[in-house]
Amino acid sequence: MFEIFGIPSGALFGQLLIGLINGSFYALLSLGLAVIFGMLNIINFSHGAQYMMGAFAAYLMLKYSGLGYWPALIVAPLVVGLTGVLVERLFLQWLYKLDHLYGLLLTFGLALIIEGVARNQLGSAGLPYVVPDALRGGQNLGFMFLPNYRAWVIVASLAVCISTWFVIERTRLGAYLRAATENPTLVRAFGINVPVMITLTYGFGVALAAFAGVMAAPIYNVSPQMGSELIIVVFAVVVIGGMGSILGAIVTGFGLGIIEGLTKVFFPEASATVIFVIMAIVLLVRPAGLFGRRA
Amino acid sequence: MKKTLGLAALTAMLLSGAANAQQVTVKIGVLSDMSSLYADIGGPGSVAAAKLAVAEFTKDNPNVKVELISGDHQNKPDVGSNIANQWLDVDKVDVIVDVPNSGVALAVSQIAATKNKVFVVSGAASSDLTGSKCNANTVHWTYDTWMLSNGTAKAMVKTGGDSWFFLTADYAFGHALERDAGAVVEKNGGKVLGKVRVPLNTNDFSSFLLQAQTSKAKVIGLANAGGDTINSIKQSAEFGIVKGGQKLAGLLVFASDVNALGLPTAQGLSLTETWYWDQNDANRAWSKRWQTERNAAGKFPTMIHAGVYSGVLHYLKSVAALKSGADGKAVVEQMKKTPTDDVLFGKGEIRVDGRKIHPAYLFEVKKPEESKYPGDFYTLKATIPANEAFRPLAEGQCPLVKG
Repeated sequence: MFEIFGIPSGALFGQLLIGLINGSFYALLSLGLAVIFGMLNIINFSHGAQYMMGAFAAYLMLKYSGLGYWPALIVAPLVVGLTGVLVERLFLQWLYKLDHLYGLLLTFGLALIIEGVARNQLGSAGLPYVVPDALRGGQNLGFMFLPNYRAWVIVASLAVCISTWFVIERTRLGAYLRAATENPTLVRAFGINVPVMITLTYGFGVALAAFAGVMAAPIYNVSPQMGSELIIVVFAVVVIGGMGSILGAIVTGFGLGIIEGLTKVFFPEASATVIFVIMAIVLLVRPAGLFGRRA
Repeated sequence: MKKTLGLAALTAMLLSGAANAQQVTVKIGVLSDMSSLYADIGGPGSVAAAKLAVAEFTKDNPNVKVELISGDHQNKPDVGSNIANQWLDVDKVDVIVDVPNSGVALAVSQIAATKNKVFVVSGAASSDLTGSKCNANTVHWTYDTWMLSNGTAKAMVKTGGDSWFFLTADYAFGHALERDAGAVVEKNGGKVLGKVRVPLNTNDFSSFLLQAQTSKAKVIGLANAGGDTINSIKQSAEFGIVKGGQKLAGLLVFASDVNALGLPTAQGLSLTETWYWDQNDANRAWSKRWQTERNAAGKFPTMIHAGVYSGVLHYLKSVAALKSGADGKAVVEQMKKTPTDDVLFGKGEIRVDGRKIHPAYLFEVKKPEESKYPGDFYTLKATIPANEAFRPLAEGQCPLVKG
């Protein structure tokens, strides 16, 4: 084994891989945020709470109806996505014409309420959720032990990210969506129901968060604050990638996961702050983010 | 004029009447983490425990009037200090209790000393509170980092775990726990191979666990608490750390953490506590009362909650004996003079450095099939007698200890 900066190469590869796994979560969450911001112009601060709702939905399904991980992976995002549709119909649809700040405040308030209710009902210490049987165990890669579940996380998240990108950037539906955000009146004139499309887009973004929540349940502590811990980092990822840029969210999500992973080896104390340092630098050099277009 | 005189006389009479009954009023402030990772081990449960103590005490001592308030320090020393200052200066609080998070507790301890009020610590762990940073206004009730290390780390070294790697929460508490546990390991013939300092409230420990794995240490010492401990144990199971032959030492694990992990993941873990809800009938009866007060039938009180209860009770006894809670130093002096005695911790004492002394227990988490009802978590492995459970007085470097 050779060494890189005094760290055995095996350990370094391991850390890179782990960075990629964490990056999967960043990518999934920032993707939802980017979709919502790109299409609705709403800064969705309740994204973390919706991610937490996904994990809790999985837990509650297991506890009360015995439905395990695989059904939860489908049902939880649907249910949480539906609550997103409700939120959009009840509140958000009135805010599109106003300043970004209103949407931000509304969703932030919602997040506080959702977290408070969860804490009151389920406590703050967290709840147990086990790795599904089919994904237990792991592979010895020579340089590290890779749990099967983590491998699954990378695969599933890449698949979801790429298909979302494909739908929005490369299909007719995506073209309608993008057109509707540019000029809703004109698109409506072509006979397309823009409000429904926007509602469903928000629901989809929320469902993405819930999907990430179910993915996280077996490996992270399922607790009411699991979302608020992550959401700030994810926002930094979105800002670095460029607000509203789908590709930017995906690429920076994975990239920052890797950078954070490396920081955990070379300077662990800074691992919680490194992303924000990068954010500050990027904002200085490219205020619109790495992949963002100047407004 | 006559009327005014009459009113004055009446007021005077009323005042002297109150003085005759020797009404004592004290105000208790429960300062805790109400909304984040330590909210289940302290938090609202600590408020409930304090309420139980107050209700019980005022029933037998109607001349003592107790007011109870609570606050959320959000695990930030600056927020905690602000609340403490406000409470002691403006709201006339006489005693602050609980304060999980050693960073906040060390700050509050200084404030209580400057303003000559009382600080009864239950939630914080750093042994510095009765060591180099001790003062005459602080009593440390439930547990501390020295006691935890002396329990868990010693037991693990004696059963062959003689090389260690620490995962340490990067703040006052984690540093103190790592230092105390490291000292115990080395004193008992073991070696510390390495450590990694992890920011508080970290989601993903896999990177750090990998470093621990590469170190080839026999034991991975978790010098963290609450959500951090849960995440690190959960993820080490995933990465096959225990299967690979390394052992985990949860240096601070609470019943609520075991509940959050679930027995399939937590089984076999050794841990040290000074109080366990299911240990005897008195504890079980108290836990029932606590669940009613907390309005949470499915939750189980932790040793921090028990410590808040018995700490508040002992404080109130001392205030009643002095007939005043105004002079913090005098109250703590009285608390140290009076032997402690309550249903949860039994008979004990508070040492001159502020350390409350009682036995500690080494537990092992049960296998899922051994657990018969919700909350049936531990098997008792060993009892460490009160005189051995805590750091000897002379080794703490507390300025209050002379000679």
